[in-house]
Amino acid sequence: MTRISSLLTATAIGVVLLSGAALADTSGKKIALSNNYAGNSWRQAMLKSWDTVTKKAVADGVVAAADPFTTGENQATEQAAQIQNLILQGYDAIVINAASPTALNGAVKEACDAGIIVVSFDGVVNEPCAWRIAVDFKQMGAVQLDYLAEKIPAGGNLLEIRGLAGVFVDDEIHAGIEQGVAKHTQFKIAGSVHGDWTQEVAQKAVAGILPSLPEIAAVVTQGGDGYGAAEAFKAAGRPTPLIIMGNRQDELQWWKEQKDANGYETMSVSIAPGVSTLAFWVAQQILDGKEVPKDLVVPFLRIDQDTLEANLATTEKGGVANVEYSLEDAQKVIAGK
Amino acid sequence: MTRFVSPRVIRALLPALSMAVLLVAIFVIQPRAMSYFGLNLMLNLALPIAFATMAQLCVITVNDLDLSIGSFVSFCACVGATFLNDTPLLGVAVLVGCVGVYAAVGALIHLRNLPSIVVTLGMSFVWLGCSVLLLPTPGGTAPAWLIAIVKFKTPLIPFAILASIALALIVHAGLMKSAAGAVLRGSGGNPQAIARAGWSLLRTKVTMFALAGCFGVLAGLSLVGMTTSADANIALRYTLLSIAGVILGGGEFVGGRVSPIGAVLGALTLALAGSLLSFMQISPDWQIGAQGAILIVVLALRTLVNRAEARAA
Repeated sequence: MTRISSLLTATAIGVVLLSGAALADTSGKKIALSNNYAGNSWRQAMLKSWDTVTKKAVADGVVAAADPFTTGENQATEQAAQIQNLILQGYDAIVINAASPTALNGAVKEACDAGIIVVSFDGVVNEPCAWRIAVDFKQMGAVQLDYLAEKIPAGGNLLEIRGLAGVFVDDEIHAGIEQGVAKHTQFKIAGSVHGDWTQEVAQKAVAGILPSLPEIAAVVTQGGDGYGAAEAFKAAGRPTPLIIMGNRQDELQWWKEQKDANGYETMSVSIAPGVSTLAFWVAQQILDGKEVPKDLVVPFLRIDQDTLEANLATTEKGGVANVEYSLEDAQKVIAGK
Repeated sequence: MTRFVSPRVIRALLPALSMAVLLVAIFVIQPRAMSYFGLNLMLNLALPIAFATMAQLCVITVNDLDLSIGSFVSFCACVGATFLNDTPLLGVAVLVGCVGVYAAVGALIHLRNLPSIVVTLGMSFVWLGCSVLLLPTPGGTAPAWLIAIVKFKTPLIPFAILASIALALIVHAGLMKSAAGAVLRGSGGNPQAIARAGWSLLRTKVTMFALAGCFGVLAGLSLVGMTTSADANIALRYTLLSIAGVILGGGEFVGGRVSPIGAVLGALTLALAGSLLSFMQISPDWQIGAQGAILIVVLALRTLVNRAEARAA
């Protein structure tokens, strides 16, 4: 009985929407999420965001279903098989965070040939028939220098903390930082260490290089390493430079403490795991018949002095600051604003 | 039941039965799968697994185990997406060379009496290293002719199924029905007897490892034809999948006791198990466990049949 009544409510909502907005064009469509890995806090937050946003979208009658599927072992062949199964299950669109940019091309092409919309994000695929929501990691490095140039016009020595050696993301952010240094010539990279996006590793690496460094004006980072760097400076008894943060909860917490104690100023930048929900809305818009360019760029999530408290309050302990995207956000990204 | 049908027959039928049960369950849950299109989608990625399983079967036949087949298939896929496309002659030479290396590994294991698990585990790192050198970042393009072959739409029955049947029958004829096949199997099951009868154990081992290399090359090429480009880590999972396929298909770790038809069925069953779990919409957290559970159930059934067989004897 309750099932029937809830069905009735759902139908009623659907009818209201039909009469109200043009949204309901996709109310019969099914969207699937094909995810290759769920083993870290970023991915967990990503799946959680997907769940929150799509459950509401389904309840509102925007789409008929939005089911997440995750493969166990981060293997491309497994994910390719998963995508082929999703084709058979009759989904209208598949949103993919891919294990490999190339190894899924065959399966993605099969999906496109079957008339299915494929949207890849974060881990994008290079098959031309799919849409790509890529992260502009280079820009993420460059904005750090732009911020520093504004904050410290006189310039000075920088310490660069890099990510995991040999990973594409590390190379990209590093290239962005180099680009920024070339643009703002008053800055000079005095030292560089690998922090592997982990606070403990970053702390050890920074502690190791500090004695050999001149006075450091600022630390440029890749996320997950700012707090470790701050601890290393403190342990060495050196003045704390301006450290760019990476949206991790411990980093924001430390920043808040410093801000309250001595008015410390910095900024924080990283990718929000909620980018999965952006991909969801983009897929929905394509299904709705909107003209969407094949290559889109995700805005990264930037936290400044005045937005710190609000972001810290919504970030779980041990987590990453997150935003869930709305339909309007997706429309802005599609329009290229 | 056992009174009318001997346990031996049930044992031989078990791989086919378990696959039939899975297929029926899939058709009930997802009727759309019961079509040319559906079967093709569910099984085309099973073809490279079937080839890799056959490679593993060759090695298991001579009472060894190959832990490098997954990275070897990855390497072959990388060669397929680079050399074979850009300079076909060099590509073919490299692939033939790979088969040579496999034969040499077999000879090394026999001559120095080394444990195959250790040697092939070492080789798995060599192959992986070579793949990373060849393709540091994922990419490359499979040759057009290769894509055309694996994507070929055969009439009535999908290519993957026809190719699997052909593979099973050819190996069955060669290994189970011919005189040479009996010697090859015997060298795994009872090496002393074979040696005493005047056959060279070195030759049988090298033959089987070379055959394993050939099937590994076929697995890599069929895989890259389907994905159209390669990745150094593309097939690492095949090592364990191929072992599971052989055992699921009725093979045993004692050497000589293998079943090529069963192994191909085993490989297809593993692929179908993934599809079934996906169609049932089981939460991802449970899917890996469920896949393992299917394996254990089939193996438990076989142990039951084996016991019945022992009682009948």
